Amino acid sequence: MYIYRKQKPVNKESFISMGRDQDSNKVINIKTGLAEMLKGGVIMDVVTAEQAKVAEQAGAVAVMALERVPSDIRKAGGVARMSPPELIEEIMKVSSIPVMAKCRIGHFAEAQLLQQIGVDYIDESEVLTPADEEYHINKHDFKVPFVCGAKNLGEALRRIGEGAALMRTKGEPGTGNIVEAVRHMRMINAQIRKVVNMDESELMTEARDMGAPFELLKMVRELGKLPVPNFAAGGIATPADAALCMQLGAESVFVGSGIFKSDNPEKFARAIVKATAHYDDPAMVLEASKELEGVAMRGTEISEIDEPMLMANRGW
Amino acid sequence: MVKHTPRIGCFALQGAVEIHRPHIEACGAEFLSVKTPARFEDVDGFILPGGESTTMLKLIETFRLWDSLADNFARKPVWGICAGTILMAETVLVNNNLSSRDQTGGQSETQKSFGLLPITVLRNGYGTQVESAQSDIDGYPVSFIRAPVIQETGDTEILARHEGAPVWVQGKGDKAKYMATTFHPELTMNFPSPMHKKFVELVRRS
Repeated sequence: MYIYRKQKPVNKESFISMGRDQDSNKVINIKTGLAEMLKGGVIMDVVTAEQAKVAEQAGAVAVMALERVPSDIRKAGGVARMSPPELIEEIMKVSSIPVMAKCRIGHFAEAQLLQQIGVDYIDESEVLTPADEEYHINKHDFKVPFVCGAKNLGEALRRIGEGAALMRTKGEPGTGNIVEAVRHMRMINAQIRKVVNMDESELMTEARDMGAPFELLKMVRELGKLPVPNFAAGGIATPADAALCMQLGAESVFVGSGIFKSDNPEKFARAIVKATAHYDDPAMVLEASKELEGVAMRGTEISEIDEPMLMANRGW
Repeated sequence: MVKHTPRIGCFALQGAVEIHRPHIEACGAEFLSVKTPARFEDVDGFILPGGESTTMLKLIETFRLWDSLADNFARKPVWGICAGTILMAETVLVNNNLSSRDQTGGQSETQKSFGLLPITVLRNGYGTQVESAQSDIDGYPVSFIRAPVIQETGDTEILARHEGAPVWVQGKGDKAKYMATTFHPELTMNFPSPMHKKFVELVRRS
């Protein structure tokens, strides 16, 4: 079977500068280190402590503590903000796996609160209403690691330049429609292949055109991949969706509305975990798909969404 | 004694797997990532990698791998890292994310494990990610990431301590083929790490 991620053997030395640490560029830093531990797993959106328990029992590697899942944020409209601290703490109390939480793009004060609470990862997320239309958070200022979304290589490298320790596709959250996540994953893969094949003298111009930090682009050329792990997010609603993203090169998947908006969240969660662990074995993914007793969330065609509600276009 | 090039299999259903490859290859051993009973038979020694122990347990149960793994572990060397240490411990106490802060604890829960080493570990013993840190063990930089704490040890050899607690242990007698580290040497790109070297030696001698 053809698997995208096997595009280029990673050479030993190429690991050296991944998620570089200030003091020692030979050690993958603690922030990216946690992302390494989450590989091959499913991170599930939860809105109550009860759901967090279901997610952990189903085999989630982490939970994302939210007030509302993306599909409900779409329905409710208005301003979507960081979840109430007491909700996040309640979810942390019942979980032994890492707990992530979202803050608005550019809202570093929300991020400070999340760090104070002691969450394990902050998602500076386009799912919430942006607080700053020009600047993202300077993530180097924080001890807690950040994950950010990207549609293309330039955007991913800008976020990593600001200190993001983990990347994910933006996808189009809350739609149950995988098309945007696939677009973003393929775009980043194609751009990486292009950069890998470039002459070094062409890199500066490429960095200018992409709006990407030159040093990071150089690193991508050496590594043949992003310098931090890359996960898939946005619109994953079936075990096959998870297998698709993993075969396209995602190293883990975030599942938002897909699980707790399905008819049978427990079965659904277990099936996605199963399919992700054996993403390259169609027999296993089929078995996982058959175990679902409910049907997947209905889903939304992207062209039915009004422009201002296209979340992938938030941030730059 | 393993006469051929030792084959080290990393249990690969979830976690930090591929990152061990350059370390293992630098020791002159072969690296395999293994997920199924047929593949377990191909390897001379196992790495139980860092990741989430609850997820690994769930997947072991889902895919009915417990018996086949236990049978292989009885015959071959095993090295558990972080989550892997938890899977190898005789007793596991579960610390939920805020229990170090609120006095109510939450440490009474236990979780299933293979019980290969006579140790008691407390999950997330240092706290959440903001407590994660780097340190030097035997002059080699390593990372503690949401690490467990080994609270008690039975008949074991303590190869390294950190802040007073054992962080690198090896069994004795029949169990000398088992070792566990609560930290991650694999995230350091100086190949091979002393821990990978030690484990490949264990496999060669077994």
